[in-house]
Amino acid sequence: MEFAFFRGREIRQWGSGLAAGVLFGFLLQKGGLTGYDVLIGQLLLSDFTVAKVMITAVVTGMVGIHLLRGLGLAVHHPKEGSWGGAAIGGLIFGVGFGILGYCPGTLAGAIGAGALDAFLGGLPGILIGSGLFAVLYPRLERTILKRGDFGILTFPQLARVNPWCIVLPVCLALVLLLLWMERAGL
Amino acid sequence: MMDWLGADRWSPYAVGVGIGLLSWLTLLLSDRFIGASTAFARTSGMIERLFRGEAVLTRPYYRKFVPEIDWEWMFVLGIVLGALGAAFLSGSWRLLTVPDRWAASFGDGFVLRWAAALAGGVLMGLGARWAGGCTSGHGISGTMQLGVTSWLAAVCFFLGGIVTARLLFLAG
Repeated sequence: MEFAFFRGREIRQWGSGLAAGVLFGFLLQKGGLTGYDVLIGQLLLSDFTVAKVMITAVVTGMVGIHLLRGLGLAVHHPKEGSWGGAAIGGLIFGVGFGILGYCPGTLAGAIGAGALDAFLGGLPGILIGSGLFAVLYPRLERTILKRGDFGILTFPQLARVNPWCIVLPVCLALVLLLLWMERAGL
Repeated sequence: MMDWLGADRWSPYAVGVGIGLLSWLTLLLSDRFIGASTAFARTSGMIERLFRGEAVLTRPYYRKFVPEIDWEWMFVLGIVLGALGAAFLSGSWRLLTVPDRWAASFGDGFVLRWAAALAGGVLMGLGARWAGGCTSGHGISGTMQLGVTSWLAAVCFFLGGIVTARLLFLAG
């Protein structure tokens, strides 16, 4: 494959990761998503910037990554998971999100933009929490994380249909949601 | 061009399209989807390794996610630099001790805010690894792949966040 040049060697991996991160951080900052006020505003339902950015990103990305796969230029890597993992872990994450007011990616951006609460509070917190999970993992792995396991599953697989039968209606619904949010003045 | 690069904020739709296009690019060029929380787990392992040595590597979790620098770790480092660059270009870089919205409800004392950020961070780090991803890995990359786990996790992130923030600010 002609893109193989960018893969493989560690230094190229590092370089491409760094470059992609710089672009992502730049976009987060320009979108206002590195700011606590904007992020907490979304959770308090008073500022819908986060929803607008995320939904637009998901729609744009979804069409492109399915095209790339359809053309044989890429494969997808959906994550495995379970109710016990995604739902319980997701809710624990959510409680943390409501208190911290940054998520891991936007926290990195906030640090770059000079937020000391992110750097001296949030960063050590996330590192401690991640380490705590590594300690608990052997006990959680075979119990709660396996509860209601779906393995690696996507909605097109679940419905046994061509992926585009899900991609197009979901994108349409998300675009309508954005239009509704604009009309409602959110 | 410089006006545009120096603007304080861009339209959320422009930013969203940019993130979507970036996802095409990382997939095509590096076979990667964007994500952030695994890098924090690896860093945590690297720090523990400094104190406890190689014994850390025997933890089953670190056999799965080896504490070393990889694409995603560099990606997260890049986020710091990209946001720093964007903030400098727009002249909005500043050291912030307590965010305005927090200060309006809980006062501008930094001890309370930093302690809350630390506590929230612990829960977030734990929850992110428990759920197998964060707002980027599940919320953006996983949902665009139509992954069932990711949609469930993303709903729970915001459900938990909205309820917690509401309760917290009712108290404040």
